[in-house]
Amino acid sequence: MCEDCGCGDPALVPVEVQESLLAGNDRVARHNREHFLEHGVLALNLMGSPGSGKTALLEATARAHTGLRIAAVSGDLATDRDARRLEAAGIPARSITTGSACHLDAEMVHHALHHQALAGLDVFVVENVGNLVCPAVYDLGQNANVVVLSVTEGEDKPLKYPVMFRKADLVVLTKIDLLPHLDVSRAAIEDALARTMPEPAVIALSAKTGEGVERWVAWLAARHAGLAAGTAAAGS
Amino acid sequence: MHEMSIVQALLDRVEAEAEAHAASAVVVVRVAIGTQSGVEPDLVRSAFDLARAGTRCAEAELVIRSVEAVWACVACARPLAAGERLRCPRCGAPARLASGDEILLERLELEVA
Repeated sequence: MCEDCGCGDPALVPVEVQESLLAGNDRVARHNREHFLEHGVLALNLMGSPGSGKTALLEATARAHTGLRIAAVSGDLATDRDARRLEAAGIPARSITTGSACHLDAEMVHHALHHQALAGLDVFVVENVGNLVCPAVYDLGQNANVVVLSVTEGEDKPLKYPVMFRKADLVVLTKIDLLPHLDVSRAAIEDALARTMPEPAVIALSAKTGEGVERWVAWLAARHAGLAAGTAAAGS
Repeated sequence: MHEMSIVQALLDRVEAEAEAHAASAVVVVRVAIGTQSGVEPDLVRSAFDLARAGTRCAEAELVIRSVEAVWACVACARPLAAGERLRCPRCGAPARLASGDEILLERLELEVA
């Protein structure tokens, strides 16, 4: 009851909350991250447009015989085609079929981890749903966000989808074997990245010809080694 | 549209507050959404209108405060203009997003009988 005058009207009670609407997701993401770190596994959130070459990048990684033990989950609205392609390339993979959901969240990845033993792995890749918008919002517990951008997408994608690129730790510029056939300049893409990423890191490669793949593999190995060093430092 | 999952999280959070305060209805829901958050206020409104039926938010007013993105130099705190390269032109340090990525439930007004 209203306490001011006793009129019988219901009282209005202000409640201060100040909490992120992603707090629930972030709690599960923290749990996933601890789980990855505990096993010394480098977890990557691999994002990018549909058709940018996310699966092809992983196939090329498998062909490069990195010595790293890699497993993956692939998120797609329908079909398990990506997971089957990865399996065929020698990367143990499962799919997360999202139905109509446009992104993966930490809970979906947590559930997938119940089917994937992390012991004995070096790298776990979450191949997100092809989409430059929604996946950027959700922390999955990854150690790094990798955004795959193909040169065929043009020069201005980073400016049009700044949230995705701002959160990228690395941009892998794919399909560079097609550059001679396109009116696309690498310098313009890198300029757009410098306006969305404070510290742009770009590796350009072609999964088809193999050009540049060794630099991606070196990045993976360095991040994995850094993880072990970080854990050792934290434990000492 | 990920705004639907954001709104579902919002309704769950608000419902928990309403329950804790034994509220009969939620009158006002105030959220802050940054322009660099990846969440679109108009889509949040549409999703809220769809999802709130049958909840204590059925008649609530949703007030969305938009928060502009502010990039600033980490080292000297100089703000950068929109669209600039994200390096401080004065000291060369990488910039940091000082605000504009929030997706926040700020406060509620509840009707308590």
